[in-house]
Amino acid sequence: MADVMNIQGHVRLGSNAGQSMTRRDGVLKVTGRATYAADNRPEGVLHAVTATAGIARGRVTHLDTAAAEAHPGVVKVYTPANRPDLAVSPDEKIHGFAWRTEALQDDTVRYAGQPIALVVAETLEAATEGSHLLAPRYDADTPRIGLDGGVPFQPETISIGRPPSLEVGDIDAARTGAARHFETVIETPAQYHNALEPHAITAQWTGDRLEIDTPNQAIGLAKQSFAAYLGVNPAHILIRSPFLGGGFGSKAILFGAQLLVALAAKDLDRPIKLALRRDQMYGPVGHRPATRQTLKLDVDTRGHIAALEHHTIAVASSFDDFIENASNASHSVYATTALRTTHAGIRADTGTPGPMRAPGEATGSAALEVAIDDAAYALGFDPLEFRLRNYAETDPATGMQFSSKALRECYAQAAEAFGWQDRPLEPGSMKQGRLLKGWGMGTAQFPCPMFQAAAHATLRADGSAVVETSAADMGQGAWTSLAQIAADGLGIDIDRLEFRSGQSNLPDAGVAGGSGHTATAGTALFNAGADTIRQLAELALNDPASPLFGADNAGVTARGGRLYRNDDDTRSEAYEDILARAGLDLLRGEGKGAREGEPERAMFSHGGVFAEVLVDPDLGQVRVSRLIGAFAAGRIVNPHLARSQLLGGMIWGIGFALQEEAIHDVRTGRFTNADLAGYHIPVNADVPMIEALTVHEDDPFVNSLGIKGVGELGVTGTVGAIANAVWHATGIRPKRFPIHPESLI
Amino acid sequence: MNLFEYTRAETLDAAMSAATEDGAILAGGTNLLDLMKIGVVNPTRLIDITRLPLHDIEEHDGGLRIGAMVRNADLARHPVILSRFPAVAEALLSGASAQLRNAASTGGNIMQQTRCSYFQDPLSPCNRREPGSGCAAIGGETRNHAVLGWTEACIATHPSDLCVALAAYDAVVEITGPDGLREVPMESFHPLPDANGTGPAPLQSGEIITHIRLPDSGGMARNARYVKLRERTSFAFAIVSAAAALEIQDGRIVQARLALGGVAARPWRARTAEKALADQSPTEEAFARAADLALEGAAPSGDNRAKITLARRIAIRALTRAAAGTPDRLPALPASVFEGDCNG
Ligand SMILES: Cc1cc2nc3c(=O)[nH]c(=O)nc-3n(C[C@H](O)[C@H](O)[C@H](O)COP(=O)(O)OP(=O)(O)OC[C@H]3O[C@@H](n4cnc5c(N)ncnc54)[C@H](O)[C@@H]3O)c2cc1C
Ligand code: SF4
Repeated sequence: MADVMNIQGHVRLGSNAGQSMTRRDGVLKVTGRATYAADNRPEGVLHAVTATAGIARGRVTHLDTAAAEAHPGVVKVYTPANRPDLAVSPDEKIHGFAWRTEALQDDTVRYAGQPIALVVAETLEAATEGSHLLAPRYDADTPRIGLDGGVPFQPETISIGRPPSLEVGDIDAARTGAARHFETVIETPAQYHNALEPHAITAQWTGDRLEIDTPNQAIGLAKQSFAAYLGVNPAHILIRSPFLGGGFGSKAILFGAQLLVALAAKDLDRPIKLALRRDQMYGPVGHRPATRQTLKLDVDTRGHIAALEHHTIAVASSFDDFIENASNASHSVYATTALRTTHAGIRADTGTPGPMRAPGEATGSAALEVAIDDAAYALGFDPLEFRLRNYAETDPATGMQFSSKALRECYAQAAEAFGWQDRPLEPGSMKQGRLLKGWGMGTAQFPCPMFQAAAHATLRADGSAVVETSAADMGQGAWTSLAQIAADGLGIDIDRLEFRSGQSNLPDAGVAGGSGHTATAGTALFNAGADTIRQLAELALNDPASPLFGADNAGVTARGGRLYRNDDDTRSEAYEDILARAGLDLLRGEGKGAREGEPERAMFSHGGVFAEVLVDPDLGQVRVSRLIGAFAAGRIVNPHLARSQLLGGMIWGIGFALQEEAIHDVRTGRFTNADLAGYHIPVNADVPMIEALTVHEDDPFVNSLGIKGVGELGVTGTVGAIANAVWHATGIRPKRFPIHPESLI
Repeated sequence: MNLFEYTRAETLDAAMSAATEDGAILAGGTNLLDLMKIGVVNPTRLIDITRLPLHDIEEHDGGLRIGAMVRNADLARHPVILSRFPAVAEALLSGASAQLRNAASTGGNIMQQTRCSYFQDPLSPCNRREPGSGCAAIGGETRNHAVLGWTEACIATHPSDLCVALAAYDAVVEITGPDGLREVPMESFHPLPDANGTGPAPLQSGEIITHIRLPDSGGMARNARYVKLRERTSFAFAIVSAAAALEIQDGRIVQARLALGGVAARPWRARTAEKALADQSPTEEAFARAADLALEGAAPSGDNRAKITLARRIAIRALTRAAAGTPDRLPALPASVFEGDCNG
């Protein structure tokens, strides 16, 4: 796959950013020409398959490597006994964003599904059979599984390096003074990312140079990580990741088998490919852990929240420290005089959890929104009225102003589109035929982080341009929206822009995660374009032969491939003419995207989500018959793509609320549903009517372009809205997700 | 994958002679190949029967004779199925996905294995997979396990939707083997487990299902429905399901058929319930009494007591819908609990 996107298939009116352009990579994708990592078939490629542990805790005592190696086509079996050395132990965290991983360092088994050997063969089938023939024997210990089976501990940090607790105000005093006390306990299950594209890698050495094709959400970081673990000069590593078939957080961090494949490719001097099977994605590549959350709300007589406490117990692995920071979702949504959020961990024999689809935010929002609804109902408030009453004008966690917050407008627009004003308060009071009907709502909120990104822009002699940054497109549309921003930075039509991306030898665009990629990489691209144009303007302004000469303080504006004098719009010059006169073939600019200094404002995207459910009163089956959200997320670079992101997020919410759940057998620690037949995610028929509206929002603080993020916003609020609609339909308050029919009869 | 031999049978005899212990018949492959990949079955020979002349649906004494290789999608759209056996169409179209139904065959659907997750996990003891090894499902995750006809040896359910409707319509399985032809009613084709194991195999070595016969549905053609409970609106196996057919004359039930799915190792034909409905008015009360009878003797096999309630209620729902009459066009979401009450 080329690293350059051919421009095709979009229809556009007017300038670049803000336009609903269709995906520039759309035609490649629907014609099957977009190459995913596992589509690469280098000459002489070997296939690798991992053998995985059938116990959740203990030691591997025997592997029948002789039988596996005797199988026709098997080239070599790697086990802890013969695996090549890594430069750094895979149990060492080489940076803050690394996990302890399994690269056959020893014979211990830490979770079911852990890789315990790597079989390399001439064909996938031979490698697979070889992995079966290993017939491992174990010295097994009793596994510790789930919230109730593991060992409690107090984490030092949660999520990635964050403090586990926060206390604002005097919660005990606030609580004593409040009129009403509410306590809600909600459980959420283990969920697995289940990106449709499996984790895959193709690794190939030429001398001491390593080429890797692998889907990755942060290839700059991945290059550093490969280099550190393999002991290779990072300049000698090239990673290609033009397309990801979904990442959801599971493709941001390296896992051991990727390292082993690179080592084996060197050892065997052949290219090697590995693609995980679906069931092998349950363990080594992260997941969202099960949580039990307790919310305590203390409300005064006027319906104002006086104290809000959110405590999360989350399952962690036995060997690493990721704790789902669900309580933090209560930091900044509702006004309160006192706030306390805390976390505890349960060490269990599972793979290490990690970020997944609004980590912390989705999980915590699900519980918070149910708790808020519970209090609203008990106090006799309409749920929307109660939320407005507790509208946070400043950020309760930090006391800071919000950089922008059009949440009121979101509530109003979504409520109106939904018809919320007709909602009776009493649960069980609406019917559709035989079915119970319920309406519920939730508040969506997601932070606006920025990471570090760099980009280059190069203007060519013909006035066209090429921009470069190693961004990741997981389906969100980076090939399109980032190119739109870059084109506007350069003041050219997007059709004259070549966008190079998805490879690690380009300037590092940082991570596609945290819903911050468009803001971060977009800023870098825009700045690179602006830097180029600044140089171009300097050439023209200093050249007496240019019609722009003398514009000086009035300056010039770049537009449609020309520079225009600000003081006289009739005087302009094309880029190519300026370059030609200056005798330049190319003009190159650089840009960075990052947030400078400590933020002085609280920065969030917001939304209001309204759900209608129908529940069969006899059989308990739930159907989300309508789902409408309105979202404010700063500047919308591409309304078409942003809507897709928001709808996608809301559909994750349907899955979270009603379907998604990975089930361990607590006796063995093995999964009972590690495939897409058993692990349910929504199908089209689950989404009969859905709409995402966007509310205009100018944010002068979040970054120079005013871009927030839309990637994960849609799931927050939605889970709670559905659960609250179920309550409104049935009078049964869901206590755990997913909401099963059995719990509603 | 294990190395195995692949032959395409050109004649029924060739298929029969090849279908012995270490061989397996390959039809659509949507179940067999999955089980081979996860190491649950390891045949050394695959006998592909997709080219055998078993693709026809013939009319037969007012009923149908369906070739074992008729694909689920084709069967569901057959005019006689739609007009006289609508619950079969509804059951088929509520199952799996369009892609799977295009590949899956009638014989393969009947012969598909349980979705018991312990059966699918070669590391777990399982009497069905390995007689005498025990049953890992007991004490484990039992949400899709039986509440009727189970024993301590096996609590699995048969997952087919089609079979439930076929059992209700008195379908007969035509089997050809080394000893000639035999016929077995659909409702007893799948053995129930006994105290020691999962019961005898439904087919002997060398035997092949050639056809399914559906006898004339008589006066029940337009009062027949299938209803299926599942969390996901499509592409999910039933938590519980029911097929019901009624012949109603002058406001009285002349004859009734009721079969339940997702509750036992076979589609569960509720004969006592059917008898009790004869000569009754088709009322909610009569259906409730029938449903009680259908679930007589039901017991949770684990943490699945709710299934008894759900099965009882889905039986009532299927009977109620059958009494209301089959719609002229199949609903957009066949067998859905939500039909008629919300869009799609
Ligand atoms: C993700 C998924 C979801 C599904 N959901 C549903 C659902 O909701 N409802 C439902 O009912 N089903 C469902 N199915 C199951 C599907 O219906 C079966 O896999 C399919 O019907 C099997 O038919 P086949 O022709 O592919 O059989 P194969 O896989 O070819 O064969 C299955 C078995 O039958 C044997 N066999 C096949 N033909 C004959 C014959 N003529 N004589 C003797 N033995 C024979 C084979 O040897 C094998 O043991 C689902 C399957 C999948 C994978
Ligand atoms: S229920 Fe039956 S199929 Fe499942 S593990 Fe037990 S014996 Fe095997």
